[in-house]
Amino acid sequence: MQFMLLFSRQGKLRLQKWYVPLSDKEKKKITRELVQTVLARKPKMCSFLEWRDLKIVYKRYASLYFCCAIEDQDNELITLEIIHRYVELLDKYFGSVCELDIIFNFEKAYFILDEFLLGGEVQETSKKNVLKAIEQADLLQENSPSIVLNYCR
Amino acid sequence: MCRDLATEVEKLLLQPGSYVRKKAVLTAVHMIRKVPELSNIFLPPCAQLLHERHHGILLGTITLITELCERSPAALKHFRKVVPQLVQILRTLVTTGYSTEHSISGVSDPFLQVQILRLLRILGRNHEESSETMNDLLAQVATNTDTSRNAGNAVLFETVLTIMDTRSAAGLRVLAVNILGRFLLNNDKNIRYVALTSLLRMVQSDHSAVQRHRPTVVECLREPDASLSRRALELSLALVNSSNVRAMTQELQSFLESCPPDLRADCASGILLAAERFAPTKRWHIDTILRVLTTAGTHVRDDAVANLTQLIGGAQELHAYSVRRLYSALAEDISQQPLVQVAAWCIGEYGDLLLEGSCEETEPLQVKEEEVLALLEKVLQSHMSLPATRGYALTALMKLSTRLRGDNNRIRQVVSIYGSCVDVELQQRAVEYNTLFRKYDHMRAAILEKMPLVERGGTQDEEAKESKEAQLSEAALVSTEPPASKLLDLLDLLDSSSGAAQPPPPLEPSPGGTLGHLLDLPCASPAPASVPNLRVFEREGLQLNLSFVRPPETPALLLITVTAVNTSGADVTHFVCQAAVPKSFQLQLQAPSGDTVPAQGGLPVTQLLRIFNPNKAPLRLKLRLTYHHLGQSVQEIFEVNNLPAETWQ
Repeated sequence: MQFMLLFSRQGKLRLQKWYVPLSDKEKKKITRELVQTVLARKPKMCSFLEWRDLKIVYKRYASLYFCCAIEDQDNELITLEIIHRYVELLDKYFGSVCELDIIFNFEKAYFILDEFLLGGEVQETSKKNVLKAIEQADLLQENSPSIVLNYCR
Repeated sequence: MCRDLATEVEKLLLQPGSYVRKKAVLTAVHMIRKVPELSNIFLPPCAQLLHERHHGILLGTITLITELCERSPAALKHFRKVVPQLVQILRTLVTTGYSTEHSISGVSDPFLQVQILRLLRILGRNHEESSETMNDLLAQVATNTDTSRNAGNAVLFETVLTIMDTRSAAGLRVLAVNILGRFLLNNDKNIRYVALTSLLRMVQSDHSAVQRHRPTVVECLREPDASLSRRALELSLALVNSSNVRAMTQELQSFLESCPPDLRADCASGILLAAERFAPTKRWHIDTILRVLTTAGTHVRDDAVANLTQLIGGAQELHAYSVRRLYSALAEDISQQPLVQVAAWCIGEYGDLLLEGSCEETEPLQVKEEEVLALLEKVLQSHMSLPATRGYALTALMKLSTRLRGDNNRIRQVVSIYGSCVDVELQQRAVEYNTLFRKYDHMRAAILEKMPLVERGGTQDEEAKESKEAQLSEAALVSTEPPASKLLDLLDLLDSSSGAAQPPPPLEPSPGGTLGHLLDLPCASPAPASVPNLRVFEREGLQLNLSFVRPPETPALLLITVTAVNTSGADVTHFVCQAAVPKSFQLQLQAPSGDTVPAQGGLPVTQLLRIFNPNKAPLRLKLRLTYHHLGQSVQEIFEVNNLPAETWQ
């Protein structure tokens, strides 16, 4: 996978994760173009489209579009599964996730993504393990507020 | 940074904690992508990591091996040994039960399955042994996977790709095609898209198998979804062959009428290409091209016009038919440029057939001359016509002046109006044609007669124009002597003549170039004074004249044109003229224009002599003539006396 974008129906970017090194300007340009292209698609159309030399796989969940860019040799259908798995993880963690959860807890959303995908590849196929790792990270944060305070001084 | 940390990562690969290990493996993947040389470091641990039970690590390892194999053929060979192990892992995954942790809707760990299949694909490519090992497994996966949900379909899709790419058994390949066929009938658009893409990849190797699914593919053409219809279009074009060409073209043409604009160009060129390769009859071919031009004329490639004109020109029996069809099409709509161009050309060439009235293949069409002329004038004046189209229309009008039986006043009028057109190309043509009417009317019929068929290669127009111009320049060359010598002047001189706006043409006649130059003769200031002409021989009506030119930029060069005119009642045949000069001169005799001098002052024979005189020695010229005249063969040798001094000083 080259990158993953999450954006709302109004075109506002909620999450972006880039697995290839690109300059900021390029990222902005790609984001703008891709958001426009995907938002222009009608509801009944298929989830895949060709854009530049990449394949774009997108799926709409409520008001959010989940959009992944994969290379030529990647399997599109399994990418749909990846997106679905990620949504399931978010759902499990936040409990019935909605866009607001992602807006206000975006760093947690990134953590979950980082536990699920690494370098563009799936690293953990078990939902349980991913969530367990996040729980442990949460505990670590909770148990050391003193570290945080010390740091601030 | 990768190089520095590579060894650290390697160590972490063997750490006891699975959490760290799985991350380490994927880090290694990333490092390999950045710095392929680090492969040697990460190659050895792979074998051990494959024995892992943890799915995450296994997944990472498989990805790592995939990366290694993709980047280095040595690694590929090394990992071929692992194929049985991979087969085992996959088999366990597929057959053993149901582990809720890793499975999605009944398929155990589809992510891992897909990744293993991908690696098997890479390892089995072009390798008989590995492919054989995986045959059974692939068949098992293909038949046992539950396809009600997307996860199952994803695995099945990857299996199909692997079957296609490796050297699998024939039965397995048939199974794969059938799976894809089932996908095509699925209601889910995504699945259909994926099926179309894979079928496209397979169409080269398993053509007959894919042909069976042709009806379904054609149905997908009618999808409103742009991605699907694009894929369906590509696949349909690949599936056209000589047996189904008529039906397919019909479908593709109806698609062309309703498809989105970005697909039109591809569709149009695709149809034209298919028609070219598989056309059952010429008439069908012409019909097809005509229909494509009417529907999507603006999107076709540039050479479609040339191809069509060439095709029509070659199909003699269809001239009347094509000109009628094109005329009706043109009468309806003059906005599609390629169509207008072809129609104009055709009407110009075969206008007489159009007016004849009867043709069995189309309904009787009564066309009057005025209508034809009015239509061409409309094309000329329309703001939608490109300059090239206008050129076609003007030339067509001109050709009609010889084909139509009525008088040519209307045509002459139009042509003279365009003599002051802003567009230079049109103006040039109009002026040429005007002069053709005025000064060279006797040659008009010959010049404007039907074009001979030209082979593919040069565009027809240019070649025909070149032959036209060559004829005209030759005809003008021998009309009178002073213009002939002036022509030679103009051909050889650089920009010395002031009146002519155009530079002298190159020796090759370019379309319009030579002719334009001829037409500038009356308005050009007289060329530098040429040496007076000389009549050197006369016998029984055969006269030989010499005309001389001394080009100023090469003072040592003398050009002599020998002109043989026959005023007697009988033709002179086998006419050969040879010349000799003293040793200090260099003589070049160019080919004569012919060897027959027709009687009664017909077209004279001309020959050019080039004499190079570096020493400025007095010129002496001896001529030898042999010919047949009045039933006798004549041979004459004589020296040319009274050569003017200007010829060698």
